[in-house]
Amino acid sequence: METTTSSTPPILDIHDVTVAYQRKPVLWDIDLTITQPTLLGIIGPNGAGKSTLIKAILGLVPLASGVVNVLGRPVAQQLRVIGYVPQRESVDWDFPVSVLDVVLMGTYGQLGWFRRPGHAEREWARQCLEHVGLADFANRQIGQLSGGQQQRTFLARALAQRAEVYIMDEPMAGVDAATEHVVFQLLQELREQGKTVLVVHHDLRTVPKYFEQVVMLNMRLVAAGPTATTFTTDNLQKTYGGRLTVLDEAGDALRAQQRSE
Amino acid sequence: MSELAAWFELHRLAIWTVVLGAICNSACAILGCYLVLRRMSMLGDAISHAILPGIVVAFLFTGMLGSWPVFVGALVVGVLTAFLTQSLHGLGNVSEDSSMGVVFTSLFALGVFLIRNFADRVHLDADCALYGQIDLIAFDRVVWGGLEFPRALFPMGLALLAAIVFVICFWKELKLVSFDPALATAMGISAGVMHYLLMAMVAAVTVAAFEAVGSILVIAMLIVPGATAHLLTDRLWQMIVWSVVIAVLSAVLGYWGAVAWNTSVAGMMCVAAGAQFALAVVLAPRHGLLGKAIQRLQLSLRIVGEDLVAMLYRTEELATTNAAPELHWRDCIRALGGGWVAWLSVPQLRLRGDVQITGSLIQLTDQGRRLAQSLVRSHRLWEAFLVKHFHLPLDHVHEPAERIEHYIGPQLQERLAAELRDAGVDPHGREIPPATRS
Repeated sequence: METTTSSTPPILDIHDVTVAYQRKPVLWDIDLTITQPTLLGIIGPNGAGKSTLIKAILGLVPLASGVVNVLGRPVAQQLRVIGYVPQRESVDWDFPVSVLDVVLMGTYGQLGWFRRPGHAEREWARQCLEHVGLADFANRQIGQLSGGQQQRTFLARALAQRAEVYIMDEPMAGVDAATEHVVFQLLQELREQGKTVLVVHHDLRTVPKYFEQVVMLNMRLVAAGPTATTFTTDNLQKTYGGRLTVLDEAGDALRAQQRSE
Repeated sequence: MSELAAWFELHRLAIWTVVLGAICNSACAILGCYLVLRRMSMLGDAISHAILPGIVVAFLFTGMLGSWPVFVGALVVGVLTAFLTQSLHGLGNVSEDSSMGVVFTSLFALGVFLIRNFADRVHLDADCALYGQIDLIAFDRVVWGGLEFPRALFPMGLALLAAIVFVICFWKELKLVSFDPALATAMGISAGVMHYLLMAMVAAVTVAAFEAVGSILVIAMLIVPGATAHLLTDRLWQMIVWSVVIAVLSAVLGYWGAVAWNTSVAGMMCVAAGAQFALAVVLAPRHGLLGKAIQRLQLSLRIVGEDLVAMLYRTEELATTNAAPELHWRDCIRALGGGWVAWLSVPQLRLRGDVQITGSLIQLTDQGRRLAQSLVRSHRLWEAFLVKHFHLPLDHVHEPAERIEHYIGPQLQERLAAELRDAGVDPHGREIPPATRS
């Protein structure tokens, strides 16, 4: 995004990443470098590969090509510095755990295999829960929460991860105004603490208010940079206007050919 | 003491059968909780069928059941089932349930084929694989330390111990992977590794239980206790404890039922588990049908009762003289539309002291009048609110107010009153009664 003058490695360095599902590429040749802590929104139409991009960064989907480095090392070695907030619908809220249990899960990565969370972790989880205003709900079963409260539980869990880089998949989708405000404040706080936060976002109207930087995605990287100069009508047109028919057809052709082989 | 020993001696076979059943059921139930939570109950079914060819092939090589090679053979095929299901789903573009169905029926058929063609004359047949012989295992005994134990106690005990140790060691990993596999993997706790570890454990317990109890009981115990326990509690450790309680109860009740009706022990244990599940569906505190029905009845009773006192209040209001109007309680019930809930509400209100009944006449008590006053206040505030802010015609406001009056508490009343700047009358020109002091 900007050239770095210091010798410190970039926070996030995505180099030529391509991801394919069922052999059909859904993300083509993504290059993205983040050198300074920032609040970054990832936007694009449905099926643009926003969720796929963050799954690729986290190593949750195999890369057809390319590398992802975090703070100078391959992402697989840096999982402990990354906090993740998945989409709320991705889990079963009937699961028999309390709200505090879910927040405690944020500490599991740092504990490593076999070690159990102890008093210190429980205390920390409680603080994180308090931070999102859910201290009174610690002992509820998670299914008894409202959608917004569930989302805040996920955010508390991400806080509990004590990460340097946070990656969030639509944390403001389908939540009430109060929760959206809490999420926004939290993003600001994390930013002030010098963290980097990547957020998949769907609401174009709030992009300039929420994010310093923006990545515009539609199967490929359309534009990336400071929101003020990048979030333009022209780029929006490129991102949302019309399907990327050439890439689409190329993907289909590739798949058809590989099938017939 | 000698009496107890004599009793034990007399019922030795029965006791061992129940104990072995309880051990096997518990081992299955503990692992089954995770299958239920991960919505993979059918994978337990698949694995317990698919291990048959593994057992047969290993048996053909060694010539005996219950040996290490048989165990390993079954374990390999068990994990292979999970792997093939995933691969077929991922690579072959086949839906997950179809690929599971294809894999386990094919492997099971292969096992039956191998038995029929190569092992038919020996002690291994398909019936035994399905139904087991839990009635007989207590006869096959070994002497250890001067005491006699059923031979099957050791593999089964080991399986239970392994299941317990597995769940304790990987408690947090299993919990996280079952709840949110993506986050687990993103944290470095590989969901894939945990998945195959769990599948290996399921295969191991299945094969340990295979000879003793047969696959039918294994399948039932992998699913039913976990599913039942899930209805009863909303904490994971409680769910596992409950599933073990249900598994043990199934063994005890199943054996007792099998003796009483002279039928298959394994089959009866499954029936006992199923019956407990049915009970839980009806009686479970939070998710149970009975609990929900009671909640609904309580709500209906409250609403009808409140409608009745509000009606009495309005009649008092309309009365021109100071004398209380004479109302017959049967007429009140009729005015409420009848129905058995209305009939129930009168004795309930009387019991709570909201109304008093003299002969056939019904009257509000002071306490009932306060309740009614608050309801009527809510009703008229809401009507006024609707007219002021939504500009609804007058004939549109009574019905919504009639519904919502039961849910407006003192706080909301205050906010509505403030919003309306203390309007004294509702849109129909009737006085809004003041707030009640309790």
